[in-house]
Amino acid sequence: MEKRVTFSKWTIGILFAVPQLILIFTFFYWPAGQAVYWSLTLQQPWGGGNIWVGLDNFRSILANPDYWRSVSASLVFAGISTGLAMFIALVLAALTDRQLAGSWLYRVVLIWPYGIAAPALALAFRFILAPEAGFLSVVNQMWPGIWDPGLDGTDAMASIIVAFSWKYVGYNFIFFLAAFQAIPRSLIEAAAMDGSGVIRRFWDIQFPLITPTIFFLLVINITESFQDSFGIVDIMTSGGPANATNLMVYKIYSDGFKGLDYSGAAAQSIILMLLIILLTIFQFRFLERRVHYR
Amino acid sequence: MTIIKRGVAALAAGALSSLLAMPAFAEPVKFDFWFGLSGDLARVVDTMCKNFNESQKDYEVVCTSQGNYDATLQNTIAAFRAGKQPTVVQVYDVGTATMMLSGAYKPADKLMEENGYKIDYADYFPGIARYYATSKGEMLSFPFNSSTALMYWNKDAFAKIGKTEAPKTWEDVGADLKAMKDAGYECPMAINISANESWQLMEQFSAIHNQPIATKNNGYDGLDARLEVNKTKFVQYVTDLKKWYDAGLIKIKSKDLGQDMVQAFATGTCQVILTSVGDHGTVGRTQKEGMNWDVAELPVYAGTERKNSLVGGASLWVLSGKSDAEYKGAAAFLNFIHDPKTALFWSTNTGYIPVTKSGFDYMKGQGFYDKAPYKGREVAIASLTASEPTEITRGIRLGNFTQIRAEFGTQMQAIFANKVSVQEGLDTLVKNGDAILDRFQQTYPGKTLP
Repeated sequence: MEKRVTFSKWTIGILFAVPQLILIFTFFYWPAGQAVYWSLTLQQPWGGGNIWVGLDNFRSILANPDYWRSVSASLVFAGISTGLAMFIALVLAALTDRQLAGSWLYRVVLIWPYGIAAPALALAFRFILAPEAGFLSVVNQMWPGIWDPGLDGTDAMASIIVAFSWKYVGYNFIFFLAAFQAIPRSLIEAAAMDGSGVIRRFWDIQFPLITPTIFFLLVINITESFQDSFGIVDIMTSGGPANATNLMVYKIYSDGFKGLDYSGAAAQSIILMLLIILLTIFQFRFLERRVHYR
Repeated sequence: MTIIKRGVAALAAGALSSLLAMPAFAEPVKFDFWFGLSGDLARVVDTMCKNFNESQKDYEVVCTSQGNYDATLQNTIAAFRAGKQPTVVQVYDVGTATMMLSGAYKPADKLMEENGYKIDYADYFPGIARYYATSKGEMLSFPFNSSTALMYWNKDAFAKIGKTEAPKTWEDVGADLKAMKDAGYECPMAINISANESWQLMEQFSAIHNQPIATKNNGYDGLDARLEVNKTKFVQYVTDLKKWYDAGLIKIKSKDLGQDMVQAFATGTCQVILTSVGDHGTVGRTQKEGMNWDVAELPVYAGTERKNSLVGGASLWVLSGKSDAEYKGAAAFLNFIHDPKTALFWSTNTGYIPVTKSGFDYMKGQGFYDKAPYKGREVAIASLTASEPTEITRGIRLGNFTQIRAEFGTQMQAIFANKVSVQEGLDTLVKNGDAILDRFQQTYPGKTLP
């Protein structure tokens, strides 16, 4: 007779989940819970005590026009940089996938930007985009004063969008290329024999087949543009000029750590968390319908 | 083989001797000192710590740079909440109000008294002492690195327009800038308008003109102080700066644009800047070959009776919750820093000024201010001691002032980008600044500034 060791489904399931749960609890639920508590109180920075204020922190934040400007700046930043990073990566990946001469080189090189830490790349872009001494100073010599991220909010926003997109082109490129390469060659060859051109093949065959990847990258890019923009903003603009690039995540940092307003910063991070959750739900609810998983 | 053997033998001998030696010498008491300076300045602090450790055998200070002032305060707060705070910490000028309400410090004057050190507090320059003292004049922390703002001017450029002296009034500055522009200078004066320049543009200007920044004597008399820079002489000053900027007499120079104003001055690109005496050394080291320049007190508007300018920099706080032995060490360390000889070492190696009259006299006696690279720095002392501090020129005692400075930068940028008028911008600065002060007051209910 064969002897079998069996566990009840529950025990083994939970046993496998425990390490992960502990990690999630320590690094997410516990701090998030603490943030919720702080957002409902007024914390003295040195820990001398706190006062329960209910939703006052949220009320004063939501009544502040500067906060709404920060929200809309974040949305503009997220929208444009996600679009730019995904579009450029898609084009580059589609071209690399066609195995043009030297594509093996692009395949390696284009991934590098993602490996660069945000502050380092921000520093590089600060030099490149400096209106007086950088590469772009040429533009100012031709049309004086046209490029001025120091005073012009639109120019400053453009700078951080370019820097952020540059980094995420590399990330998106890996995924797009992998998606393209997973498409059976026979499909494309068959289409080519039927006489369809490159563009036609892209729209009718490749694009529909990579929609799951596009959807995945859309969610990731939007989420990251809310969170990963911090280093770039801190080095390039510090939120200026006149708050034009004071994105939500940067405002949380400056209010909390520079201004020692821990409660206000906690409340802002709760709002940011809710906003990202909402955006993600929205994307799954409305955009995922148009995604075809094979 | 033999090398290894010898090495092992040496190690054993070393271990043995240190074991034997242990009871003979008591280990020095170690305590931590966190500071917010970096680069060259951090190296000078390290040397000073080494000098202290070598000057006696009972204590050993471990000095750690936290990078900058903001980070030092943040890290200290985090460490304090975790019960791992340093014994001595350097906190910048505008963090004073936050520290006073923290309940996390041991008053410096008490510490020195308990440990038998006699400090003559009247020896501190009043402009420096009052900034860090309570409204009753008790010193809760020790002034450390101190500076004030000066006008740097290019003598060659002024000679071109027939001037041999720095302008004393803002009216003259306006005329001179115009004359320099007409004489072909692209950038007669450079300013920057970020949060950092609140110090020279708003705070120093207001002090010298005896104009309040906030009610309640700039906050010394209560947490319910509110800003009022939108109805003082400061409005006229910003209006003039903006007018000169529009006329091309002033250029904005910042690191983000490629060149900050100190570099712009040192390379001869711009002819006038307003910055800290702490940059005196940098300008001297990096200046264009053969350029003639000097420093002068900040100008005032014609008909103004000049008052003392404000001190900038940081002071040393001793935190609570440490052992008596560590406090003894901290007291010895503060006493070491207070010594005029340390003042000479400190000022020679940095651009900072001495904080006591005896330190200043000692340095003068040593001929410090006669020699070329340091000549001119005595102007800073003259500016700081231009008058007895008034109720308003004692300093600024406002909560979360870092955020108010940030708001200053934001509104100045909006004004200079023509998004709002000068008055609108300053009104918004006051409105948003008051919200910050309001919040600070709510966080400390029932508490009052010492």
